[in-house]
Amino acid sequence: MPDWEPKIVAFLCNWCSYGAADLAGINRLQYPTNIKVIRIPCTGRMSPKFILAAFGKGADGVWVSGCHPGDCHYMEGNYYARRKFTLFKNLIEHLGIEPGRLHFSWISSAEGTRFAEIANEVTKTVKDLGPSRHLIKKINAKVA
Amino acid sequence: MLRYITKIREISERLLKEGKVDMVIGFRKGTMPMMNEPCFINKPEGVDSLVWDSNCGINLANYLTDRKEKIAVIAKGCDSRNIVTHIIENKVKRDQLFIVGVPCKGMIDRHKIASMFEEEIIEVAEEGNIVIVKSAAFEKRLEKSEVLQENCAVCIHRNPVIYDELVAEPVKEQTETDRYKDVRRIEEMQVEEKNNFFDNLLSPCIRCYACRNACPLCYCPTCFVDESRPQWLGKSIDPIDIKTFHLLRAFHCAGRCTDCGACQRACPMGINVRIFTKKLEKDCFELYGWESGLSLEERPPLDTYKPDDPDLGI
Repeated sequence: MPDWEPKIVAFLCNWCSYGAADLAGINRLQYPTNIKVIRIPCTGRMSPKFILAAFGKGADGVWVSGCHPGDCHYMEGNYYARRKFTLFKNLIEHLGIEPGRLHFSWISSAEGTRFAEIANEVTKTVKDLGPSRHLIKKINAKVA
Repeated sequence: MLRYITKIREISERLLKEGKVDMVIGFRKGTMPMMNEPCFINKPEGVDSLVWDSNCGINLANYLTDRKEKIAVIAKGCDSRNIVTHIIENKVKRDQLFIVGVPCKGMIDRHKIASMFEEEIIEVAEEGNIVIVKSAAFEKRLEKSEVLQENCAVCIHRNPVIYDELVAEPVKEQTETDRYKDVRRIEEMQVEEKNNFFDNLLSPCIRCYACRNACPLCYCPTCFVDESRPQWLGKSIDPIDIKTFHLLRAFHCAGRCTDCGACQRACPMGINVRIFTKKLEKDCFELYGWESGLSLEERPPLDTYKPDDPDLGI
């Protein structure tokens, strides 16, 4: 499938990674257009439901990015998020999602370059895995 | 067993007579074999219906949620751990409770026994370590250790961790159990194998939510499966909806599950739904050194953090 491009949903923290995406844009840094950004107030706001909904509706990859541990705008949101992520990623991979579909990263609002780098990396990993096959809800699959 | 029952009735009667509690939550004989049912007793005369045997697998902590009256509850090891979880989560207050601790030697697996025989089982009795299964045509004696619930076979907290009175001397804890054998077996699988394994596991699921209802941890006023704006989960028996349901149900129990086996016991299709929560239990133990329901002081793992926690972020 040479022309296939992955769809990646990126949940970016308003206070850091979202700003980093802005900065990357301002600096005219190139990063893939596969990434569809959703702004969240803090990674602590992330619910596993969001990730599952993204996969269920056909995302090939999900990327969640927040402030470096210790730099949370709300003091400790990303620490809680980190524990949730770790358990959730392990669980979802235990159930048969390929490692590499779900990504987490820590990017501060000054790291535009890093944002572009990680965006490239995430896109490449997901592209190499090919289209998502598991956890996608096939609408009307059984309607006769 | 008889000694247990006499003692349970004696304590319950005393508490009700003295007015120390408004009711006793315990077990009475069910209408079907291997299905003892929870009962609420609020008069001293009622205590004669209380029983105890190896069919008391239901987790009674489930009936304490948001109760306001004074309650005596009969609690085996896992129930007591769930009571601790309930207290930590402010679902019930410690001083409301009189916990009658029952040292437990494991519950028997009703699915396993039912699947061993083709005929309908009409009675299951116990004599020490022997389980006697009767149908209209035959009577069979089985070793209890062979028909234990899987979670009981690997249980390492048979004695209640919190109690006001014990009905018997504590039993010996099992030490040489391999608690995570089944989880490791799946962890070693390849991606495709894992998918096939879980697809097969969940194919009989009818989304009856019995696993959720039997679980003392599931007390949200609106469960995510019932949410409609936004609707996170379809109502159908679409395989992805089913998988997502089990995944999220398990995740909600992360760091709270005590592996009491109530979910698996409740499943009418006999699905091993514990396999999901077991993985989280293993991770919580290995990553955060956490076993739920052992202490009233410690905060559960998803309600706290350490700056040097394991990090999967790039």
